[in-house]
Amino acid sequence: MSIKISFQNVSKTFIIAGQTSFNALQGLNLDIEDGEFITVVGPSGCGKSTAMNIAAGLTGPSSGQVLVDSVPVKGPGPERGVIFQQYALFPWLTVRENVEFGLKIARYPKADRSRIADRFVDLVGLSDFADSLPKTLSGGMKQRCAIARAYAVNPKILLMDEPFGALDALTRVQLQGQLLATWSKERRTVMFITHDVDEAVYLASRVVVMAARPGRLHRIIPVDLPYPRTEEMRLSPEFTALRNEVWRSVYHPAAA
Amino acid sequence: MTLSISTVEEKPERAPRRSLLSHPMGMLAINFAAVIFGVLVWATVTAQGIVGLPTPLAVAKQAVIQAKSGLLWTDALASLGRVFTGFAFGIAVAIPVGFLMGWYRIARGIIEPYVQFFRTIPPLAIIPLAIVTMGIDETPKIFVIFLASFLSSVVATYQGVVNVDKTLINAARVLGANDFTIFRRVIVPASLPYIMVGVRVGLGSSWATVVAAELIAAQSGLGFRMQQAQLYYDLPTIFVSLIAIGVLGLIMDRIVIAFDGVLTAWQEKL
Ligand SMILES: Nc1ncnc2c1ncn2[C@@H]1O[C@H](COP(=O)(O)OP(=O)(O)O)[C@@H](O)[C@H]1O
Ligand SMILES: [Mg+2]
Repeated sequence: MSIKISFQNVSKTFIIAGQTSFNALQGLNLDIEDGEFITVVGPSGCGKSTAMNIAAGLTGPSSGQVLVDSVPVKGPGPERGVIFQQYALFPWLTVRENVEFGLKIARYPKADRSRIADRFVDLVGLSDFADSLPKTLSGGMKQRCAIARAYAVNPKILLMDEPFGALDALTRVQLQGQLLATWSKERRTVMFITHDVDEAVYLASRVVVMAARPGRLHRIIPVDLPYPRTEEMRLSPEFTALRNEVWRSVYHPAAA
Repeated sequence: MTLSISTVEEKPERAPRRSLLSHPMGMLAINFAAVIFGVLVWATVTAQGIVGLPTPLAVAKQAVIQAKSGLLWTDALASLGRVFTGFAFGIAVAIPVGFLMGWYRIARGIIEPYVQFFRTIPPLAIIPLAIVTMGIDETPKIFVIFLASFLSSVVATYQGVVNVDKTLINAARVLGANDFTIFRRVIVPASLPYIMVGVRVGLGSSWATVVAAELIAAQSGLGFRMQQAQLYYDLPTIFVSLIAIGVLGLIMDRIVIAFDGVLTAWQEKL
């Protein structure tokens, strides 16, 4: 399998108040294979979002580089879809118009645009709300709209920063199942950040554990559970063992 | 392609139940009753001769006289004409300048000291200078109103641009938007609520400024009429002018609010 995303000795230093420098990320090396689903966990402030934003091209590294298909990332691009925890829907646009946003930028003709938007609005189950404004949607519906908006431009990579973090437990489990179902059909490369250890194990083929101060890679834990993942697997001894292992390496990095 | 992110059982939040007071008609009825009560208090107090003010009836009579003679309308139109001219110029300049200040740091650095300085000067304090340099016709009054509305709107617009949610800009960038697209499709709509606040404040201060300017130097307008009435101790006319100023100000404010309600209906309001 080919490498889709390659973090090569990526560091990021923030200068605070014009003088103190802060190592948000130090020497990250990580290869993500084409079609792989990895999750990233770690204590708050360990540089998860920073790493993802560098891969997304929203911010540049202080040193090192990120390669996507062997090409260094220079800025954002529609082949890398990003889904934010805060949904980031345009509040003045309806659900359908939000989904059409990227298509408009890519200059799709109007007819194609509305056909594609309709399909993705339908696929995330929001057809009845296609003409609603985001303010009338629940959190789960907003995130489904954001997912439809990202999918509409057909990205080969999905970068998701705690996308389900603000949702209730039940909605979260449902969206996890739906995300995996979609992924198993289309095999996009997914980098999924979470602070939920259960979620990290359930979704990933590898869990990347990061540590803080300085933000760095701590461990990579392979998840040898077959896809498709089922709800019963969450209760299996193997799942429990993996979850405990991830838990220990996140919260007691020294003992691991 | 099949993508099976399907419906999850959840419903958008419902608006909470409204009590009588939160019902628009109920509120309007109470507003109306309060006004009637106020006029009654006024009538009682003046009829008893407690204060030396004209009765509501005397003011109403004077209003009818002025309305019939057309004076009230020409005065109101003169004042409104000045406000709209100055205000329209002010907004037309303030919005692009505010965008420039929000978007380009260099523009902010150059323009901000001037804006902050002139904001500390009450617009009326410019009138002597304006009259000396621009003459006594309409120009100095319109210029002062222009300044009043420009200064309040430019800061609001600039604040709107600066406060645009960074994640919305990032969301547009990752979907392939360039700077121009971000400006047109994100910055402009996102800052609209701020701009509308500026427009509202700007119209309010324009109205206050025009009336005061007419008190100082004018041959027409509601402020001018009051100033004339003052010379003749004509209290009913002063009252008519004051009420006209208040009512017109209120109507203009309501119109801006109605526009704002339509333009920013997408906002999550608490
Ligand atoms: N723009 C910034 N300026 C200064 N410090 C920042 C900035 N962005 C992030 N940081 C700091 O870098 C560290 C890593 O942040 P982040 O990547 O958001 O962590 P995580 O997503 O793992 O919680 C944090 O300590 C944060 O305070
Ligand atoms: Mg984060």
